[in-house]
Amino acid sequence: MTMANTTASQTEAPVFYLKEEHHPQNGTMLGFWLYLMSDCLIFAILFATHGVLGRNYAAGPSPADLFDLELVAINTSMLLFSSITYGFAMLAMEKGSIKGTQMWLAITGLFGIAFVGLELYEFHHLWHIGATPMRSGFLSSFYTLVATHGLHVTFGIIWLVTLMVQVGKRGLVPENKRRLMCLSLFWHFLDVIWIGVFSVVYLLGVLG
Amino acid sequence: MFSNPDLLHFIFGRLSLDSFPMFHEPILAVTFAGVVLGGIVVLGALTYFKLWGYLWREWITSIDHKKIGIMYIILALVMLLRGFADAIMMRAQQAIAFGDVAGYLPPDHYDQIFTAHGVIMIFFVAMPLVTGLMNFVVPLQIGARDVAFPFLNNFSFWMTTAGAITVMISLFVGEFAKTGWLAYPPLSDIVYSPGVGVDYYIWALQIAGVGTLLSGVNLIVTIVKMRAPGMSMMKMPVFTWTSLCTNILIVAAFPVLTAVLVLLSLDRYLDMNFFTNDLGGNAMMYVNLIWIWGHPEVYILILPAFGVFSEVVSTFCRKRLFGYSSMVYATIVITILSYLVWLHHFFTMGSGASVNAFFGITTMIISIPTGAKIFNWLFTMYKGRISFDVPMLWTMGFMLTFVIGGMTGVMLAVPPADFVLHNSLFLIAHFHNVIIGGVVFGMFAGIVYWFPKAFGYKLDPFWGKMSFWFWLVGFYFAFMPLYVLGLMGVTRRMNHFDDGSLQIWFIIAAFGAVLIAIGIASFLMSLVVSFIKREELRDETGDPWDGRTLEWSTSSPPPAYNFAFTPVVHDLDAWADMKKRGYVRPTSGFLDIHMPKNTGAGAILAGMSLVLGFALIWHIWWLAAVSFIALIGTAIAHTFNYNRDYHIPASEVVATEDERTALLAKQQA
Amino acid sequence: MVVCENIFQRLTKYKRMLSKLARGVAIASVFTLLTGCNLVVMDPSGDIASQQADLIVVSTILMLIIILPVMALTVFFAWKYRQSNKDAEYDPEWHHSTKLEIVIWSAPLAIIIALGAITWVSTHTLDPYRPLDRIDAERPLEKDHKPMVVEVVSLDWKWLFIYPEQGIATINELAAPIDTPIQFKITSSGIMNSFYIPALAGMIYSMAGMETKLHAVINEEGVYDGFSANYSGEGFSHMRFKFHGLSDAGFDDWVAKVREDSRGLGRSEYLELEKPSIAEPVHYFGNVDPELYQAILNMCVDQSKMCMNEMMDIDRKGGGGIAGIYNVMSLTYDTPRERGSQPLPSTKSYVATLCTTPSGGLSQEISSIPLFDNGVEDDRFSPVPAGVSTGF
Repeated sequence: MTMANTTASQTEAPVFYLKEEHHPQNGTMLGFWLYLMSDCLIFAILFATHGVLGRNYAAGPSPADLFDLELVAINTSMLLFSSITYGFAMLAMEKGSIKGTQMWLAITGLFGIAFVGLELYEFHHLWHIGATPMRSGFLSSFYTLVATHGLHVTFGIIWLVTLMVQVGKRGLVPENKRRLMCLSLFWHFLDVIWIGVFSVVYLLGVLG
Repeated sequence: MFSNPDLLHFIFGRLSLDSFPMFHEPILAVTFAGVVLGGIVVLGALTYFKLWGYLWREWITSIDHKKIGIMYIILALVMLLRGFADAIMMRAQQAIAFGDVAGYLPPDHYDQIFTAHGVIMIFFVAMPLVTGLMNFVVPLQIGARDVAFPFLNNFSFWMTTAGAITVMISLFVGEFAKTGWLAYPPLSDIVYSPGVGVDYYIWALQIAGVGTLLSGVNLIVTIVKMRAPGMSMMKMPVFTWTSLCTNILIVAAFPVLTAVLVLLSLDRYLDMNFFTNDLGGNAMMYVNLIWIWGHPEVYILILPAFGVFSEVVSTFCRKRLFGYSSMVYATIVITILSYLVWLHHFFTMGSGASVNAFFGITTMIISIPTGAKIFNWLFTMYKGRISFDVPMLWTMGFMLTFVIGGMTGVMLAVPPADFVLHNSLFLIAHFHNVIIGGVVFGMFAGIVYWFPKAFGYKLDPFWGKMSFWFWLVGFYFAFMPLYVLGLMGVTRRMNHFDDGSLQIWFIIAAFGAVLIAIGIASFLMSLVVSFIKREELRDETGDPWDGRTLEWSTSSPPPAYNFAFTPVVHDLDAWADMKKRGYVRPTSGFLDIHMPKNTGAGAILAGMSLVLGFALIWHIWWLAAVSFIALIGTAIAHTFNYNRDYHIPASEVVATEDERTALLAKQQA
Repeated sequence: MVVCENIFQRLTKYKRMLSKLARGVAIASVFTLLTGCNLVVMDPSGDIASQQADLIVVSTILMLIIILPVMALTVFFAWKYRQSNKDAEYDPEWHHSTKLEIVIWSAPLAIIIALGAITWVSTHTLDPYRPLDRIDAERPLEKDHKPMVVEVVSLDWKWLFIYPEQGIATINELAAPIDTPIQFKITSSGIMNSFYIPALAGMIYSMAGMETKLHAVINEEGVYDGFSANYSGEGFSHMRFKFHGLSDAGFDDWVAKVREDSRGLGRSEYLELEKPSIAEPVHYFGNVDPELYQAILNMCVDQSKMCMNEMMDIDRKGGGGIAGIYNVMSLTYDTPRERGSQPLPSTKSYVATLCTTPSGGLSQEISSIPLFDNGVEDDRFSPVPAGVSTGF
């Protein structure tokens, strides 16, 4: 290549570089969505595992013997409500209301805590009557699937509390808005997974 | 009775003085002494030359994709030495253990060695080589300043390293798995493998797996969102295309591995019954799940190698790549098909004939796009001007070797033929044929090709050629006998043979392994010699091979910001196009450049993960709890840091670019 | 070379089909010639393995149609278009040719269509579960022939062969009359192995609590190698046995020899045998408990344990209910195979046997009681429910 030429006179010469600073699109939402899909795959494996082992009771109890659908229905409603309240938190964020965002986040968190609490109560009850995850392939896959979801919700709550603090400290800066969006995706994603758990594990288990 | 053992058990878990095999294994005692001595020398040198601060500031905390890429490759080369040491020990054992001679490795040791060899070569050699190359090259090829998530990139690297360290610890503390590299249950269940070996396996892979997955997400977002203006998908360099497909495969496959290892650990730690013989477990499910990850993994490794060959062929034939779009579609087809073939790894598990035939045929179908790729490289050579520099030699070696591996692969895909060849040394020969002939050759081609970009000087061609020829000839000596042995009905993972007539073949194979050892040594020599002769080999143009893609448009090594101005792309081979149409390098008008800041958080989090893994392996529950809480706490604390970027002032950009202008002017003169 | 002749003989069968590929055959045989040793996989003595070897040859030849030109062209182009050859045409912009691309994609496609068809057919005809329809290429079998049954159990680390029709069993030695179809029923005591006699037929995995099947026939007298082809732990390398292909008279003599051994193989002997051992010498059992194989398959040789089929039956009917929870005893099935020096971190559990009503169903009354004292006097069985005994 030659260094001598000058570009000024050659109007037809193509543009080979940007003279201003290039700002590529922000990839955080895409990246987080990809992470969620990979997480979804973990749940897919756990669902598949439950599909294979779900009827291997090892001469032990079956879903019909163990599950209390009313309790699970209440639990499900906790998570559904929390999704709605998270929606309100996002609306408050759009309005730029720090207090409103924090309040709705807190309510969402409380619903989440209620959900995890009810789930722990159910586990405790099952464990108490001896239906432990060691008892059969069915119980192993049941506990693992439900507890993996429960752990996700727990981490979601920790994240949510962290964000409440960060919103309080820094306000609704772009970083925090982005984080709130990510957590929103995460939270609704867990809701969708739970619908799957509720129908496949509990409803199909008891009625199917 | 005594509270003391209880207390010791609480503090140390399963760890005791008996857990240190170097006190009773002479081989390990010598190795350990060597490692300690070497470690003291290295650490001493670092201290003496006051390099700790430099290392910490410039490398360990670096979020520069180029440095991280280089560190991945260093990690891979170090682990290659370990994995190869395992290989040559196996070859030696199999060459002598006949009849009454038991060999020098008892089963207990031998079984760990072949397991470690497989695990290390796949997870800690091939994977870091591939990830390292992608990390270094992709942002440069697409005209970006860094990857999409620079901090995550640093964290991913250190998690991979933490996984590698976990495997290395198992050499001196406890034992590694004795189950084969995929740890099939029931053998890997707690009943049949009660020691810490399988736990080392699980936690090493889980820790490294986090890194792999995150780096997969990172590179996909980088490629999708950060391409230079004008670079549409069908103007992306082929290496970037194969990287994109590989990272899609990583994101879609590694969660399966994570999940299946979680289930295995639940069986081992909490007595659950996923894969047990008793209480409704199903071991066949593990075999299916691990291969649903395992087969895409093969393509995760080979696709970037295909990308390297595409770049190398067109550069060294001085010609556009033949059939770019069919190359791209072939890559996409391979990506999709790689999910539909996993069952061919266990035709012999008793599936029905129709199921076996289906998976056999899908496997064969993959050979069609692969074949198309081979033809594309072939016709790129047609009417070219081929210069046989070292990267091109590796490519030629690949083209001739890989087709043999492809052929034997299709043979193994015919289920009735697989019934007689499965698990035999024929299979071993086949997958080494494609992994060495494909992935390893490809990675060496890539390293030699992009080395001048990374360091500003070429690798010494003499030692590069030595390395190539010893690898190539060594490969044929080491693995052609295994094809023959496979046809003689010899199965894999044996540490002793009764039939003395087999011995000659194993001796030939061991000889081949020695040749490969010389090949590896030659490669290391080429690094040393080139460093010494670096002034002689220096490349000041930034474009030593007359390259065709954007990475060759910037200086070697590139500045921290890669490109002073973001390039605008008009054609497939962007840099070739720019050179052809009279691109003039800008020498003024520089602006401040916005860059991410270095951070130590990645290395610290990975260190905590390492401690957590170790505690879980040895059942040191208090330490596991402490490190887990510390891990979560540190991660949260890290999110409170909002001050993550800075601007390189225009004056500094001007200084850097002026220096390069002067250098180029000197070239012209 | 005998080997080459055999391969050539086999190839002649395909000559009509592949007459144009004689050159490929020559190359395949040169490869064989070079080796000059016992390629048992390519030169087996059983009809099934022979057909499998033929498939290897056919698929190799089919692929060489593509591979050889590619390799030749690679070398030729590399030589012709080398940098120093200024006479060769140089066209840096030539990068597309529709015609060529069609060939590039369709040539491999054509080969794969051919190979795919062969695969589909051969996978079905050589399915190990499918009863044989011929003794060899010349001698077909009628549909309802009765094969000789051999029950195969992989133990740590030895093979148990039970001949239910003869009422005998052997360790690490297998024999069969030539030209007689054999049905192998294969299971494992714990770890997965693979049952493989290269001279006879392809391999199939052996897995605990499951039965895989293999149909095969041996056509020549001789002594052949058999072994486990799936790594199974410490003693794996010595998990080998000899397979004797015998004449009918020779087989009768062999059976008589085995019968001479006064040792019997019942449940208690099996439990002793099942313990891990390496390089176990050949030994015989003159008589066998006829129910033993079913008990091994269902993992209930130890009679205090519920059989798998019984358990699966209960599961199909909706499980054992809440009362079934405590129907678990601490480990016995797997302890003998515990091999590490460290103790298990916790106690494994298994399902104890239940009394079943004659109809096979569970009576509500009985199933509600955990039957720990079900005629078992062994103190290894501590009546502790699994959920309580696990100590993590």
